[in-house]
Amino acid sequence: MINRNPQLDEHGTLQHLLTTEGLPASVLLHILDTAESFVGVTERDVKKIPLLRGKSIFNLFFEPSTRTRTTFEIAAKRLSADVFNLNIAVSAQSKGETLLDTVNNLSAMNADMFVVRHSQSGAAHLIAKHVQPDIHVINAGDGSHAHPTQALLDMFTIRRYKRDFRNLRVAIIGDILHSRVARSQIHALTTLGVPEVRVIAPKTLLPKMVERLGVHVYHDMAKGLKDIDVLMMLRLQNERMKGANLPSPEEYFKYYGLTPEKLALARRDAIVMHPGPMNRGVEIDSEVADGKQSVILPQVTFGIAVRMAVMSILAGNQV
Amino acid sequence: MKIHIKNGRLIDPKNGIDAVQDIFIAKGKIVAIGAAPSEFQASRVIDAQGLVVCPGLVDLSVRLREPGLEYMATLESEMAAAVAGGVTSIACPPDTDPPLDEPGLVEMLKHRAKNLNQAHVYPIGALTQGLKGERLTEMAELNDAGCVVFGQSDGLLPNLRVLMQAMRYASTFGFSVWLRPQEITLTGDGVAHDGEVATRLGLLTVPVCAETIAIANIVLLAKEIGVSVHLCRISSAEGLAMIRVAKQQGLPITCDVTINHLHLSDMDIGFFDSNCHLMPPLRGFSDRDALRHGLLDGTVDAICSDHAPVDEDAKLLPFAQSDVGATGVELLLPLTLKWAAEMRLPLLKALARITTEPARILGIDAGHLSVGSAADICIFDPDHYWKVTPAAIQSQGKNTPFMGMELPGGVKYTLVNGHIVYEH
Repeated sequence: MINRNPQLDEHGTLQHLLTTEGLPASVLLHILDTAESFVGVTERDVKKIPLLRGKSIFNLFFEPSTRTRTTFEIAAKRLSADVFNLNIAVSAQSKGETLLDTVNNLSAMNADMFVVRHSQSGAAHLIAKHVQPDIHVINAGDGSHAHPTQALLDMFTIRRYKRDFRNLRVAIIGDILHSRVARSQIHALTTLGVPEVRVIAPKTLLPKMVERLGVHVYHDMAKGLKDIDVLMMLRLQNERMKGANLPSPEEYFKYYGLTPEKLALARRDAIVMHPGPMNRGVEIDSEVADGKQSVILPQVTFGIAVRMAVMSILAGNQV
Repeated sequence: MKIHIKNGRLIDPKNGIDAVQDIFIAKGKIVAIGAAPSEFQASRVIDAQGLVVCPGLVDLSVRLREPGLEYMATLESEMAAAVAGGVTSIACPPDTDPPLDEPGLVEMLKHRAKNLNQAHVYPIGALTQGLKGERLTEMAELNDAGCVVFGQSDGLLPNLRVLMQAMRYASTFGFSVWLRPQEITLTGDGVAHDGEVATRLGLLTVPVCAETIAIANIVLLAKEIGVSVHLCRISSAEGLAMIRVAKQQGLPITCDVTINHLHLSDMDIGFFDSNCHLMPPLRGFSDRDALRHGLLDGTVDAICSDHAPVDEDAKLLPFAQSDVGATGVELLLPLTLKWAAEMRLPLLKALARITTEPARILGIDAGHLSVGSAADICIFDPDHYWKVTPAAIQSQGKNTPFMGMELPGGVKYTLVNGHIVYEH
């Protein structure tokens, strides 16, 4: 039995941000528009606004992460919230406490919002289903399923540089199979009206029936990059570089790594994105990563504004 | 105790009867159908007006969780659940803790079950010690203790050499081998069908070829050795097509499907519903439809509940970490009736899939209403719809994808050996 989209309440208001899938374009655009208003805040001398004063936000990271956790922490602090970081990978879970026990204990400490990172697909949905109705859950990455704030900051970046989603060709390149980022990007891009989304990868890094998500599948960079406006690179995890998925990082780089020569196959004004952290010389050449077409560092900056937007919208504060 | 069941609609697939007839029971056996024997004095009369009277159901896969897994369920709770579902004969997979690989364990289980005086329990003996797929069990001894068939449950299949020898050894004594076809190197850590749903949800997958490759191996070995094989819990259209061919060749092969796979697909996982974490995984619509039709044309011989009560907390976990399985023995009849109604199949034919056919596969004298046979009987109201709720389920396991649904078929009485063991 399919239930109502668990992210939205009966009025269509965002209660949790768990995935970009199934959210209407209006909700995604509202987040992007709200984020625009926060970009200015992050550039001021005094970088704080009191929107979430008195709110308690718990960063629940069941899987190690520095970058994502830090940007969520910065975003929350700029909104004047109280932030508590829990590195659960090394605390409660190792003592045998279940995921929901941990969440219930923290709820009892009057949490207002949970930012959750977990190695299992569906962990954020599970938590959202079991918290009290006034607690909001933000998925900061669950298994191979979703990483919606990353996808939203990517959309924000694309809109900044390319203005209109409706005349773009976008290519997502790399380990689609294991990537929560790729899944969230695909749903966001198709929802926002991008007419052509491609995925480029060897067959060992593509999930079955991926074309059903609304993408065109390519295995050859030369063909796949033709006429592309936006290149979204994915990180290749170390453990996947050698073994049954790929023979070696060197061969991967040769055929799928983004070099200046391959980038030249895309449109001349194409932008290059990467969710970080990068494996230079594996999925991307340093010359490209640091080159003129790269928007990788702006992505990080915009990530804070986008996370501020998500938090303030979930807390019910309009700007 | 002498019992007279009157005015009921008697449906007995084996004898091809579907008519309003009375049944007379004495000393645990059916003594007459139709007219009362002379001088029959009933001590209990059951008025089955408007109800169906059929053979007690035979379920080919019910986990009682004993020995060793009593935190999930107990013999008491699950035996009560079985008779509440009209099930009077159950085959129990050997995946207990320890597994059913020693005669002593089987004797204890049989003894405990017998003392409860409810459904008949037929333990499936472990084919290999500890279900590890390495060394054969003492099958003949296990048979003396009460195991009628041998299998690996959901455990891994032995390597092909060991499997071949296990089949040879079983065939020596005429035992049939029950296997769930699964090539473990392809299953890996997979938890969902390799299709669009798993792609969206980012779940590790079990490809269809994990089933078909195993079926191919098993069928070829069965052909080589001439052992009778029962393939448990088929999930895919392709796997079914292979079984159809093997049967056409006259090989002694049978198979079953679960109530879950008969009605659900991977779409039912929805937003990570851990009640749909089942093995084999729920597959696509076309697979489900093939199973529904395969059951109709007889390629699939029987429906089982694949009853697997699990601890509630073990389902409150992210999908892949949650325990596998669903409670089901009380849903076997309702979901068979639902399938039959949807396929416009007469009850006489539908009930064969949960009475005559599973009894034949298990090799037991049950699943029919013949004069002189044990009075194992299920009496149910086919028009009564009931809502599946935790309270409505007797099983200790409350985990099922059908929770909250209205299903047809309310069991009113269950008789085992002429005793009323359930009355509602």
